[in-house]
Amino acid sequence: MPLIREPNIADPDGFYAALLRAHEGLTGEESRALDARLVLILANHVGEREALEEALALARET
Amino acid sequence: MADGQPFPARRPPGLDAPEPRHPVAIVGAGPVGLLAALELARFGCPSVLLDDNDRVCEGSRAICWSKRSLEIMDRVGLGEGMARMGVTWKVGRTFHGDSKVFEFDLLPEDGHKMPAFVNLPQHEVERMLVERAEAEPLVDLRFRNRVAAVRQDASGATLAVETDFGPYELSAGWLLACDGARSPIRRAMGLDFDGELFEERFLIADIAMDHDMPDERHFWFEPTFHPGQSALMHKQPGGIYRIDLQLGWDADPDAERTPEIVIPRIEKVVGHRDFRLEWTSVYTFHCRRLARFRHGRVLFVGDSAHVVSPFGARGGNGGLQDVDALGWRLAAVVAGEAGNEALDHWDAERQHAADENIANSSRATRFMTPREGAERVYRDQVLRLAARAPFARPMVNSGRLSAPCAYPAKGAEAALPEVSAPGRVAPDAPLPDGWLSERLRGWTLLGIGARPPRAEGMARVTAPAEGPLAERYLGAAARAVILVRPDGVVAARWDRAPSAAEAEAERDALLCR
Repeated sequence: MPLIREPNIADPDGFYAALLRAHEGLTGEESRALDARLVLILANHVGEREALEEALALARET
Repeated sequence: MADGQPFPARRPPGLDAPEPRHPVAIVGAGPVGLLAALELARFGCPSVLLDDNDRVCEGSRAICWSKRSLEIMDRVGLGEGMARMGVTWKVGRTFHGDSKVFEFDLLPEDGHKMPAFVNLPQHEVERMLVERAEAEPLVDLRFRNRVAAVRQDASGATLAVETDFGPYELSAGWLLACDGARSPIRRAMGLDFDGELFEERFLIADIAMDHDMPDERHFWFEPTFHPGQSALMHKQPGGIYRIDLQLGWDADPDAERTPEIVIPRIEKVVGHRDFRLEWTSVYTFHCRRLARFRHGRVLFVGDSAHVVSPFGARGGNGGLQDVDALGWRLAAVVAGEAGNEALDHWDAERQHAADENIANSSRATRFMTPREGAERVYRDQVLRLAARAPFARPMVNSGRLSAPCAYPAKGAEAALPEVSAPGRVAPDAPLPDGWLSERLRGWTLLGIGARPPRAEGMARVTAPAEGPLAERYLGAAARAVILVRPDGVVAARWDRAPSAAEAEAERDALLCR
């Protein structure tokens, strides 16, 4: 399945706020570790190598 | 542990009169060179095997022999002995700190003659191979014969050899360079050996002790007994344990080798001081390979062609598989039954395998020794997640253990199970009277629920369509005929009985006739 590039989260502002809350009170290093865990968790959820490769490319070229 | 009596060095005939050209000369009597000589002999091809030393290797070096290696050694009569003498294991446990994060079972199914892995020191394997080679009339084994120079032309290679009795020249149609990671032949030919050095030092120690450890492989990331680093422990026969400890790139290799430093390190691992150091070394890893393994009449086999880091047991096992794919081809070339291009097929297959081994080995080494920055962050977070989230456990990489690769294959194909597809090692299975692997010794047509044709120069094995054999070769199909190469790799397969001409054409294509 190709990567979804159109809006796909019902409440984008709510999710953004939740993401910031998850990082609250963390040092730069702790935040980086949390993001790494998040990437790994979400990548496993996506599962599709094709979508993951596209996501890597999109992040890299942005 | 430079143990054992020296092997006898005899006066070579070439000192007194020029020797007739040998079909094959092999340089290096380690496991790879010795197996090559025995494998060629199995197909009726004589060889002369030269080694500059007269003893088995020092220390224990390779210890983990894979199922595939045991099957290969079984063909020359040594697989059962190795399995009997060694420590058989199939379970690996990986720890982070003091808790287990991952466990793997390398052979979860029954119905194979050989176990997943056997731990046995390399010098024991060499001793068995030397004994076998000395008893084999087609192997001319010459100790303390040092190759001083090599030159080749279109029809073969000529070696200048030095011995205790004086120098002589020896020529051969084909030269197998089985002379190890530092290959003097590779250097003499000026060939590049490109790849990657990992900036990390490891202590490797074999210790003797009474210790209660199950027959398993244990690997630790950041254990409390060796903070911030990794550790690996393997069990060998006779109360010998192999311990690998990551030391960091800044460690002083000379100091780290001394008992004053090694003993307290090991004490922390095993929890007591009641052990004896048998052998220690401090090393760094490389992953390197030659661009190609065939150079005219010279073939590079084993470590001379490619080296990997040890996590995954892909060095020694990879070398034996090089021989596995070479012996039948070279013997056929020598006998005039195959074209020289068959050796290019060998080269392509083993390059494919070397790339796979190097990729696996590099990935494992990266995981163990991450660079500062993102590599380190992701490694640490994979380990942290693995304790709670099952999905992260297979990402924990303490070494992916040697398994034969699937060769790119062009043989006839049918809708049958992937596990026995052309290019793969024909999976073993029990037969009513023994094991399938014991019957695959030359070109073989295996018929399951079908009668294989009578093809020239091919053995026929028929088996009932039931049990593990049917699972591994038939799947949902009612019948199959499988053409197996002399190295036990599937060449072609049909879901019907092919004609003799079809089977012979598949073989002839592989032999470049």
